[in-house]
Amino acid sequence: MRTLAGTLALLRLGLRRDRVRLAMWLPALAGLTYFSGSAMGSAFPTQRAVDAYGASVSGSPALIAMTGPPLGLDTLAGIVLNKVGPTAVVGVVLLAVLTVVRHTRAEEEAGRSELLRAAVVGRHAGSCAAMLLAGGASVAVGALTALALAGCSVPAGSAWLFGAGTAALGLVFAAVGLVVAQVFTHARTATGITLAVFGIAYVIRAVGDVQGSALVWLSPIGWSQATHVLGDERWWPLAVSVVASALLVVAAVALASRRDVGEGLVASRPGPARASRALAGPIGLAARSQRGALLGWTAGLFALSAAMGSLSREVADMARDNPTLSRYLAASGQASLTDTYLSTMLLIMALLATGFAVSSALRLRGEETSGRAEVLLATGLSRTRWLLGSLLVTTIGTAVLLLASGLGMGLAYGLVLHDAGQPFRLAGLALEYAPAALSLAGLAVLLVGWLPRALSIAWAVLAVCFVIGWLGGLVRPPHWLEELSPFWQTPAVPAEPVTAAPMAIALSVVLLVGVGALGLRRRDVTA
Amino acid sequence: MDAAIAVRGLRKSFGRTVALDGLDLEVADGEVHGFLGPNGAGKSTTLRVLLGLLRADAGETRVLGSDPWRHAAALHRRLAYVPGDVSLWPTLTGGEVIDLLGRLRGDHDPRRRADLLERFELDPTKRCRSYSKGNRQKVALVAALASPPETVPLMLLDEPTSGLDPLMEAAFTECIREEAGAGRTVLLSSHILAEVEALCGRVSIVRAGRVVQHGTLAELRQLTRTTVVAVTGREPAELSAVPGVGRVERTDGRVSFDVDTAHLDEAMSYLASLQIRSLVSHPPTLEELFLREYGERVPVEVRS
Repeated sequence: MRTLAGTLALLRLGLRRDRVRLAMWLPALAGLTYFSGSAMGSAFPTQRAVDAYGASVSGSPALIAMTGPPLGLDTLAGIVLNKVGPTAVVGVVLLAVLTVVRHTRAEEEAGRSELLRAAVVGRHAGSCAAMLLAGGASVAVGALTALALAGCSVPAGSAWLFGAGTAALGLVFAAVGLVVAQVFTHARTATGITLAVFGIAYVIRAVGDVQGSALVWLSPIGWSQATHVLGDERWWPLAVSVVASALLVVAAVALASRRDVGEGLVASRPGPARASRALAGPIGLAARSQRGALLGWTAGLFALSAAMGSLSREVADMARDNPTLSRYLAASGQASLTDTYLSTMLLIMALLATGFAVSSALRLRGEETSGRAEVLLATGLSRTRWLLGSLLVTTIGTAVLLLASGLGMGLAYGLVLHDAGQPFRLAGLALEYAPAALSLAGLAVLLVGWLPRALSIAWAVLAVCFVIGWLGGLVRPPHWLEELSPFWQTPAVPAEPVTAAPMAIALSVVLLVGVGALGLRRRDVTA
Repeated sequence: MDAAIAVRGLRKSFGRTVALDGLDLEVADGEVHGFLGPNGAGKSTTLRVLLGLLRADAGETRVLGSDPWRHAAALHRRLAYVPGDVSLWPTLTGGEVIDLLGRLRGDHDPRRRADLLERFELDPTKRCRSYSKGNRQKVALVAALASPPETVPLMLLDEPTSGLDPLMEAAFTECIREEAGAGRTVLLSSHILAEVEALCGRVSIVRAGRVVQHGTLAELRQLTRTTVVAVTGREPAELSAVPGVGRVERTDGRVSFDVDTAHLDEAMSYLASLQIRSLVSHPPTLEELFLREYGERVPVEVRS
């Protein structure tokens, strides 16, 4: 047990460092659940409204792909869980992964853990404390989610079962993050890979659910879902999550014992002694710094889109088998079921690509706080050129991601339906979202220029866009909020016709970047 | 002749913390100027204002004749900077960073680069992630020194030898001597007194955001005391009464004392009247100057 010496002290340190973060995340996640849950109450005030909705979506492939087979959709509780569930799932995984990497690999990368390890702190105390912290946070999210759901017409027993499933999922991905953090030397890489694993788990579950196969059991999300909340409820699948977490922690400990502090399992190789011709300015530097991340994102979004696109045969079959649904869609003036499905998926991909756009734009501030911007800006490079050069890479990267999403989805869809024109059609349509995605990058630039200490606003706005995009059409957010969301303004291609709205959004991007650049020019460059 | 750097009445606060409180600084063209002070005295803040990274609250700043805040990028083509705490891009190699910074400044000299890599024993193929602090410092030094002196006449160095081993410190001292010989102006911020003493013609001592002493080392020595150890034929009983003399200590016929450099003559006349057998005097070191300015309380990294 000597390798665990100091765990409690480190846990206290972690709690102290994260007290503000946790105090924002936990109420925000619980609040989001509660408010969208209660909004469902007002959206479906009568049993008739509930039944009508249930009948219209019960076989919807988009819904099954996104949340799994809906249970109890003939009750308000069923609708609440179905709509609110994914937010809790994504929220708990994000919090768990970010927390565990922040307290393990990020600490090592910054060289702080060296200081601690030199004190009376065992080799595995850091990992153990991080795991306790992330696990504790997951349990807290689970408990708060249960309370919030119980507060909006979900029966208490079901609410607690769902909360437990949420906590279990957080626990599993905290453990995955712990393993990944042993392998890679960069915190950013470790976070990215872990979230990619989550993405893969999501795809496996989606494919399994749409096919109705046992594939779902390969995904941790499937384990939590197997509790069948509001159906034949059962607790035992959560044991699978707990055992898997424990095994992953053991694996992480085994890996940690084989490596040096600060190093990964893969040693870094020597590189070129001279810079290539491309590495000559802010564009070359940004491209070089972000190419790894961009490659990962592109591969991930391509695979995710292809998986979603490959389900279009099932979607078409469902339309044939479910005349009620087809009639409902036709009556509400909507496009074909396949197009509606594809437009939902494209929106989700665009929102994910926006995640890249925001994180890429925020790198500017990261360069500044790390002190690297100081070295750059002490050369002949002006602040504006630095900003625009880096932003060009953000723009191209975002476009590449959207194209990859459209291509992936179109390729799979085209293969299933033997239609060679689909990849290009969907790739073109995906680009419709580029201005919307970049508008949040523009907001990030604005914050970097004027409010460099409040960058999390950009992430909060993206989260709101996600929620509006997901709940959109069902629960109407305040009209002005909808109008403000660039994703709402963008036509839901291919279900809706192409419009000029993205051009207007593109103009607002230019404006945001311009004002942001002005702010950056007149403020201090600080570490 | 124009001053390379002219700063008058510089003020800068961060919130309630006053970092610079009316700082004046003048660095003549072609000199190596020492900028001395303990941590937190305002050295780095001054350099960042000189680079136009920070905007001064008040005061006048001219670097190579232009305002660094308004013409930062154009000015930076004519100067090279080494920060005190160098952080680099973890995935780039040292060689790539040196080339990148050189290209961004506009000019770089491959022959100088190769020579400097050899002198500082730096492996340019290693990723910055795996460099130690000293090696990261070397990357920044090579990038700065590789710039040609003809187009880059000014160097701003912020504690450039922190993390270097003594051999590398010697290599650095040698390089700066050569740069000075080639006519480059150098502002060397440091708290390593031996380094400043070895390199700098003039120094400015900064304390709590203002320059409290400045001048050539000889001038500054005038302001302080010389230590004298003497053996005299007769007992120097009246020594304490000589103006400017202090800390008189007598052991086995030897007397040692400090004397204000301004009163050295009087002390010597008195000793001469007592029949001097042996006399050793040494001028104040920069360290003593520094301690006088700060008192013993201030922690100073002293290496010799």
